Amino acid sequence: MPYIGNTNADRIAMLGALGIQKIDELFADIPEANRFPDLNLPPARSEMEILRDIDELALRNTCGSAIPDRPILSFAGAGAYQHFIPSVVSYLAGRGEFTTAYTPYQAEASQGTLQAIFEYQSMLCDLLDMEVVNASHYDGATAVAEAAIMAVRSTRGRDKIVFSGTLHPEYIEVARTYLQPQGIGIEVVGSPESPGSPGADVAEVLAAVDQSTAALIVQNPDFLGRVHDISGLADEIHTRGALLVLHVDPIATALFKSPGSLGADIVTGEGQPLGIPLSFGGPYLGIFATRLSLVRKMPGRVVGQTTDTEGRRGFVLTLSTREQHIRREKATSNICTNQGLMALRAAIYLATMGPCGLREVAERCYRNAHYAADQLAEIPGCSVNTGTTTPHFKEFVLTTSLPADTLISRVAGKGVIPGVPLSRYFPRRTHDLLVAVTEISTRQDIDYFAETVRTAVETAGE
Amino acid sequence: MSRHDENLHAAIPALLYEISRPGRRATRISAVAAREEVPETALPQALIRSEDEQPKLPEVSELDAVRHFTLLSQTNMSIDTNFYPLGSCTMKYNPKVNEVAAAVPGFANHHPLAPEWASQGSLAVMYRLQEMLAEIGGFSGVSLEPAAGAQGEFTGNLIIRAYHQSRGDAGRRKILVPDSAHGTNPASVSMAGYEAVEIPSDSNGNIDLGALKAACGDDVAGLMVTNPNTLGLFEEHLVQVTRAVHECGGLVYGDGANLNAILGIVRPGDLGIDLMHFNLHKTFSTPHGGGGPGAGPVGARADLVEFLPGPIVVRADPAAIADANRDQSTYRFHMPAHSIGRLKAFHGNFGVLLRAYVYISMHGAAGMRSISENAVLNANYLKKLVDPVFPVRFKRTCMHEFVANGAVHDGIATMDVAKRLLDYGFHAPTVYFPLIVKEALMIEPTESENRETLDAFAHALSEIAREATENPDLLHHAPHTTPLSRLDEVQAVRKLVLRYEHRQDERT
Repeated sequence: MPYIGNTNADRIAMLGALGIQKIDELFADIPEANRFPDLNLPPARSEMEILRDIDELALRNTCGSAIPDRPILSFAGAGAYQHFIPSVVSYLAGRGEFTTAYTPYQAEASQGTLQAIFEYQSMLCDLLDMEVVNASHYDGATAVAEAAIMAVRSTRGRDKIVFSGTLHPEYIEVARTYLQPQGIGIEVVGSPESPGSPGADVAEVLAAVDQSTAALIVQNPDFLGRVHDISGLADEIHTRGALLVLHVDPIATALFKSPGSLGADIVTGEGQPLGIPLSFGGPYLGIFATRLSLVRKMPGRVVGQTTDTEGRRGFVLTLSTREQHIRREKATSNICTNQGLMALRAAIYLATMGPCGLREVAERCYRNAHYAADQLAEIPGCSVNTGTTTPHFKEFVLTTSLPADTLISRVAGKGVIPGVPLSRYFPRRTHDLLVAVTEISTRQDIDYFAETVRTAVETAGE
Repeated sequence: MSRHDENLHAAIPALLYEISRPGRRATRISAVAAREEVPETALPQALIRSEDEQPKLPEVSELDAVRHFTLLSQTNMSIDTNFYPLGSCTMKYNPKVNEVAAAVPGFANHHPLAPEWASQGSLAVMYRLQEMLAEIGGFSGVSLEPAAGAQGEFTGNLIIRAYHQSRGDAGRRKILVPDSAHGTNPASVSMAGYEAVEIPSDSNGNIDLGALKAACGDDVAGLMVTNPNTLGLFEEHLVQVTRAVHECGGLVYGDGANLNAILGIVRPGDLGIDLMHFNLHKTFSTPHGGGGPGAGPVGARADLVEFLPGPIVVRADPAAIADANRDQSTYRFHMPAHSIGRLKAFHGNFGVLLRAYVYISMHGAAGMRSISENAVLNANYLKKLVDPVFPVRFKRTCMHEFVANGAVHDGIATMDVAKRLLDYGFHAPTVYFPLIVKEALMIEPTESENRETLDAFAHALSEIAREATENPDLLHHAPHTTPLSRLDEVQAVRKLVLRYEHRQDERT
């Protein structure tokens, strides 16, 4: 059997030491009728055989490209983005000393993990312009849900959360799962359900914030990729006694006004763009930041600086009296594991990019997305961001004369995934695609993409 | 020996911020000449982060970054470098083939919202893993959505709630939780809007059956049970326990943290466990990653499958697929009819799921049983060696782990023993848990380790016991060979430093 340390001779000697004949005797406490079931599992495979199986399965992840060897051009985003990952990220994060360590319970034997998380926290603080960042949550969606719970805990007697309808629809679903059992009210304002709908404006969202509201949760850039001017929003929210939770794309924060300068009380983000592969939706990285004054209400692990007995700097898990292993049913959250390895990837990514590299990535996303939007908008039968003049970052809505699913099927044969159909979340938006363009696209890629869309739309009647 | 001589490890690297120099750079995004690039689009200046508001991120070369993180990694203990018998965490060997599989571009670069017909490879992996876990656990259906064990527990509580609500049974507010449970159990109960009621253990380390029966009533929604429990013992009266809870109308949730003891030995679903999470990062060898990512799929008995969080993967009905690509579609996503909803965006920690699929595929049925047989044999063998030095709390045959008392010498606490173990090159066991054993030292060797390692570990504990009487200060001041000596946790709380503080005179 693979990965078993002992030989048969070892086992016999060990059984002898225990004074028994057979391993089966160790399982006498288990009800006899149910002991040793015959498991119906596929026959065991060797490493060579399973890798062949994996390769064959990977080939079934395809968009049906008719052009051999041409890499698939994907413009799908909607919360998960294809960004460039420097080679050192996987190289360093793949080191066994990082991957095969556990939660740094013994700080003296875990300084690598602890310092890396401290550096992650520090770099995210700088990027978001916030005072505290925790050691991470499962993903952006759960970070938002936990932010909502924290807001209720931090504002006495308030038990409603107002969500801007242009927050990622799956995040709103996750928040419902988390909040409903705790009796926290949910009000979603301005969902962009109908074609051309811009979603909520600031005034509309503000109107929903009343005396029972613990927090307003806003995504910026929003789910449809648009960047709103929300200066002044935090002040308005604070006069109403509520908190502002801002959900951001960490790449965008290198280019646009920082969440801290906009007055956010809690900032959440999906950290996947920071050096984490798409991997069909996970594992990702839930970014969670707040003010120092709210730190004791914060869920999740956090690493703090201290000294050893000789006065040398070191790092430990701290503020653990908030957490489940101490506080049990009174903890700020049930979260135990964070996404340590993903936080490490983000730390390495940010170190590798530096402030200039990150800004360059953000600017290229912006420039590429606008070039793509301009090219697509010129095609007869296509329009981009209909009904809105709000600036966009790396995503936009493409409306064509074809149902989005038809368009996707048509361009698939050309090796293009043109985006995510909005009907997935808003059934009436049948002809809308959410298109994401990042720094990885070249001008040729974008031109080819526009050309395939043009061909597909022009042959619509045939 | 002086501390200096003993310190064989690398020093702790400076912070990236401290080695940062303006203008140093690791990654260049584009070397393409400007004319070949896409045209500029003017930025919306009113929304832009200004020059003097730029984030003060470190600026380092690629070699700086590589050396920094490599040296950092070397200050960690890990499974790859040390025996890591952290009880309840199942620190088994993490096969490297898992990492190779997860990095295959067809999986690593696949977008979660790519069309289903273009994602059949990922869906096949998920479907097969659902089937495998259902078979191993004895359940009718499995959702791979939960991102970690704690989220699996939360899921279980939500399903219990949805089940009772579907029957119009609104009066049940309590979830019974044994006092030996992980802290996540009562915390998950609270998050689901229930009240946790603690059930004591009996003198044999089992759930106290009398106390449990007394607590059962029409206000009980369910029980959370870890089996084998956190003492490393199989609940001798598990069938009576699950029966008592069922008879009062409650459901039984199994915390699968300790499943590594019973793979192919017994199926929780066959013993009256209605719902259970699997910790793929424990039982199924996916790396713990310094604290995540994990995955906590949940299995359910037949009548609870429709409450599972979604989406789950089902076989596609070809007739129901409208688009032209139907021939390629064998699997599709499905939201169970009465699903408690989504627990995270997209569909589970796929990269973790893929690794577990590889691991299970390489074992088959006989391999599964072999894992647990060897894990339990290793634990009992080590228990026998440790017991004379640090007495084991319950003398029964243990499962995959056991709990000893680390404080048997005057003036020596379990923490001192744990810290001294680091000097012998072993990661410490779990300490001070479970809470019901004073000065607990919870040891889980796993099946990966060989007899020599177990012998060496037991020998180290004997040496430490000798030191405890001959030179107790050696323990009080341990560890001595790690890059740093004992760290001041009280100071960390009193004087909170949670990020690097930029100096006023810093170069920018």
